Amino acid sequence: MNDHDHDHDHPHAPITNGSEPPAAARVRALEELLVERGVVSRDDVRRRIDWLVSRSPADGARLVARAWVDPEFKQRLLADARASALELGLDPGPSPVVVAVENTQAVHHLVVCTLCSCYPRALLGPPPDWYKSLPYRSRAVSDPRGVLTEFGVELDADVELRVLDSTADMRYLVIPRRPAGSEGMSEEDLAALVTRDAMIGVAQPGS
Amino acid sequence: MKFRAGQRVRVAVRPHEGHHRTPGYLKGKPGNIELVHGSFTNPETRAYGADGLPLQPVYLVGFQQREVWPDYRGDPGDRIYVDVFEHWLEEAE
Repeated sequence: MNDHDHDHDHPHAPITNGSEPPAAARVRALEELLVERGVVSRDDVRRRIDWLVSRSPADGARLVARAWVDPEFKQRLLADARASALELGLDPGPSPVVVAVENTQAVHHLVVCTLCSCYPRALLGPPPDWYKSLPYRSRAVSDPRGVLTEFGVELDADVELRVLDSTADMRYLVIPRRPAGSEGMSEEDLAALVTRDAMIGVAQPGS
Repeated sequence: MKFRAGQRVRVAVRPHEGHHRTPGYLKGKPGNIELVHGSFTNPETRAYGADGLPLQPVYLVGFQQREVWPDYRGDPGDRIYVDVFEHWLEEAE
C-alpha cells in the first residue's frame, strides 16, 4: 500500500493545460475554499455546470417559432416569458425574470450586459465568448449600429434601435422578425431558422 | 413605488464603494420610467452574504442615446433601456 491511497477528497496539483489564466486559478482557489468551508459541495458545482451546458438555444427557438405561428401565444410570451416557457414544457431556470421583446419593421432590439454576462442561460444555453468580451459590452451601448454592421445586420436609418442592458434580475430574449417567404413552413422547420445570435439581436434569422 | 411609468428621472451621481448594479456610463443621465418590473433583493448587500432585504423596486428606464453619448451617430430615435434600482433614481424636471 502506498501513501497515496485515498479517495481524492483533498486539494492537489490541478489538472490543467499549463497555461491557465490567473482568473481560472482564482476561481479554483475560491472553489476549494467554499468546499472546505462546507458552503457548496463538489457535486453541487458539477450539477450546476451539467445543467448549464445541457441548455441550448433550441429551447428559445421553440418559443420564437411558436410565437411566429400563434399570435395569442406571442402575446402571452411578451407578457410573461417564464410562464410561456413552462407552457411549452421548457425549463425557464431559477429566479431571474425572463422578458421577451419583439423585433418589428420599426423596432430592433439588441441585448447586452455591460456589467458582466447576464443572459437567459436557461433558454439559450451558455453565452458566446464574444458576449462576455469587453469590446462587445462597451460598444453595444455606445456604438450599437456599428456593432450590428460588423455582425452583418444593416438596419434602415428609420428603424428605432433599442439596446437592452441587463443590469438587474431581468433576462432578455429577442423574438426576431419572421423571415419573408417562410409562410408555409412548419413550426419545427421555423424553429431551425432561429439562431442564438438572432435571439440576442445581432443577427436576422435565416430563411 | 416612488415612480410611475412616463415619469422623468435622473440616475444619481454618487460614489459607491463595493458591488452595485448601476452602470457608470448612466450616472447623471436623464431618462424616462418605461415600466415597473417589481421588487427584488438588493445586490449591494446580497453580494456580501446578507439577505438583500428590504426588497427594492426595479424600473426599466429608457434613455435617449444622444443624451447618454453626446456624439452618438445613430438615429435620433435610438434608445437604451436599463434596469435600475429605485434608490439610484431621482426625480427630474
